Amino acid sequence: MSEVKSKIASRIAEEVADGDVLNLGIGIPTLVCDYIPDDIEVNIHSENGLIGLDREAEEGFEDKDIINASGRHATIKKTGSFFDTAMSFNIIRGGHLDMTVLGALQVDQKGNIANWMIPGKLVPGMGGAMDLTVGAKRVVCAITHQTKKGASKIKKECNLPLTAAGEVDLIVTELAVMEVDEKGLILKEIAEGVTLEEVIDKTEADLIISDDLKEF
Amino acid sequence: MNKVVELNDLDGLFKDDLTIMIGGFLNCGTAETILNYVNQLGIKNLTIIVNDAGFNQKSKGSFLANADIDKMIISHIGTNPDIGKKMNSGEIEVELVPQGNLIEQIRCEGAGLGGVLTPIGIGTQAEEGNKVMEVDGKKYILATPLGADIAIIKAWQADESGNLIYRYSARNFNPIMAMAADTVIAEAEEVVKNGELENNNIETSNIFVDYIIESDKELL
Repeated sequence: MSEVKSKIASRIAEEVADGDVLNLGIGIPTLVCDYIPDDIEVNIHSENGLIGLDREAEEGFEDKDIINASGRHATIKKTGSFFDTAMSFNIIRGGHLDMTVLGALQVDQKGNIANWMIPGKLVPGMGGAMDLTVGAKRVVCAITHQTKKGASKIKKECNLPLTAAGEVDLIVTELAVMEVDEKGLILKEIAEGVTLEEVIDKTEADLIISDDLKEF
Repeated sequence: MNKVVELNDLDGLFKDDLTIMIGGFLNCGTAETILNYVNQLGIKNLTIIVNDAGFNQKSKGSFLANADIDKMIISHIGTNPDIGKKMNSGEIEVELVPQGNLIEQIRCEGAGLGGVLTPIGIGTQAEEGNKVMEVDGKKYILATPLGADIAIIKAWQADESGNLIYRYSARNFNPIMAMAADTVIAEAEEVVKNGELENNNIETSNIFVDYIIESDKELL
């Protein structure tokens, strides 16, 4: 699993440009940080009220008032700043985030994303996920290609309650990189050692194969 | 005016059927000393407005799991299984609101606005029960004001007159909630004499704050 996670996170890191303001969700998205090259400087926004989020705090150096959006003790860069929730969501909603990376339960070929509840089973709530998917300039979904039972998470149409409609720009799984376009879902890259047939077989959505299909 | 009081001075404020808003984001920036006390008062049928349900064994999460709550207006409960169980059994009605819409609803109350138009939640279940309006061809949800009888907020420093300064990411909902309730009770880690806080650094004016409680250091 860790290999799968690092494959996804490292590929997403390539999408990050110098100077970007990013928000990284819990799980695989958080790992993206570890793969951003040193010569690229980013500002990480955390919806609980800071810009310039740095690594988690080392044991013995925690400050109870500096946390990340998972509630874990964190640190802040020298150039970072703190603010209240209204400002934090102005940043998100106002288009000041270049990119948000989120996990999901499902995504579909129209760019719909579902990541906040499974009716009757799991209802954690949306937290800031709806705000992030609508507000960020670019929405990247970090997701394993299939559920543990082997069902495709890349759907023709999400059947779980949506987090946002038509907002996803890029989907990165351990098998493929797919871009949501007006025409549909474009398969841009397939993972090294994986065949095109395998990707198509494991994807419920209709894929438009790029003329310039690459390997990652 | 000196607004610093002891916990038992607050007894008369807490009654059944109140709507209470509570500041904080997960384990950060919540008035633990006050919540710990309110939990012992046995008040019933509360409506709670709060960002999240915290962690069930700790502080805010423990308060929410143990208090007699009818309804919660909240953005996230996933960290607290006790609240999920109470929601599924019907013991608590949970209204889930996107976090940015929730803070804007609270801000509207304190700012005298009739609501704000937000694109967040369009095309999702968050539209339910809300008016959807179109402006220049784009759809928005009308998020309406949300106030409370009492706000319980947490600051770092307070002076006796009620001016507040927050610390790092412990701001979150606190400064906005300070403007949106009939009675505002602020807990501060340090309470100082008037004049000891630099005017330039004050974030919440004393006009918003009714009572100050000094934190029990063991609960920080």
